[in-house]
Amino acid sequence: MNSTALIINGLTLLCLIFAFKKDRQKAKKALKIALKASLRMAPMVIMVILIIGLMLGFIPKVTIARIVGEKAGLKGIIVVAFVGAILHIPSLISFPLAASLLKSGASITSVAVFITTLTMIGIVTLPLEIRELGKKLALLRNGFSFIIAIIIGLIMGAIL
Amino acid sequence: MNKAEDKKKLKQDIIALIITIIATIFLLYTFPSKRAVVLTTSWKFFFEMVSILPAVMILMGLFAVFVPNDLIIKHLGETAGLKAILLGILLGTLPTGPLYVAFPMASALLKKGARISCIVAFLSAWACIKIPQEMVELQFLGFKFMIARLILTVFFVIIMSLIIEKFVKYQTV
Repeated sequence: MNSTALIINGLTLLCLIFAFKKDRQKAKKALKIALKASLRMAPMVIMVILIIGLMLGFIPKVTIARIVGEKAGLKGIIVVAFVGAILHIPSLISFPLAASLLKSGASITSVAVFITTLTMIGIVTLPLEIRELGKKLALLRNGFSFIIAIIIGLIMGAIL
Repeated sequence: MNKAEDKKKLKQDIIALIITIIATIFLLYTFPSKRAVVLTTSWKFFFEMVSILPAVMILMGLFAVFVPNDLIIKHLGETAGLKAILLGILLGTLPTGPLYVAFPMASALLKKGARISCIVAFLSAWACIKIPQEMVELQFLGFKFMIARLILTVFFVIIMSLIIEKFVKYQTV
């Protein structure tokens, strides 16, 4: 286990002890929710892990680098942004996927853009968003998110 | 999203998983030379995932129970000024669940008369910078990546919230 994992687990343990001291019933309920959510997410997690293995094993680095690498240019970034906006996968799983892309030759910019559009923009959930918040607000939020995702990605690529 | 829909989605996930497993077995059987690299990579990612995911899920469970949604709506609906945007971001990082859970909350805030910028900031933080999510990002992409994206996101979300608020105001008048 690396130090990040150790810190996260330690912190969670502390929170859990505190929660049990404060309200046993609520803490138990929290554990139940956690277990349910984990089981719910398990198929997706295993699937993404297998896909990562296959991707790193079968797709040559040059191919990935050509599509989403440093030299792919603005066109590559916009393609990644759209893929992120359309895909509907839990954000927690997007990080190992992003890490594997980075390992196989993707640029920091495209990985940052991918995570940001994946989490902030939901084409699949857009009808629901329009129904709850109105067309104007929903479209503005998704549209601006697309733009700032690209800006954030470009800055990250420049500074990291 | 209701229970029936979620069940349907779970069914789809399981079918997709089965297809992926079959494809993996087929590919590894056809290309024996790739077996080692695919399996070690998957195993490595699996281990990294398992070493943090239970903790992250427990944290999200704790947030869900100890920070109920109506508490957030109450606080956000009553704050004004730039403080509202910052509070929107802060409170958006706490709760759990996918973005579509946040839409009804945002709608309730809208009806309570909260600032548009505050609502946009809240939704963006919910989507992009949730605390458990940042931990997974830290684990897989490292401290520098995580902190740079976090700071940039907060900065641009504030700007975006203010711009969207202007747009919505001008068009409703």
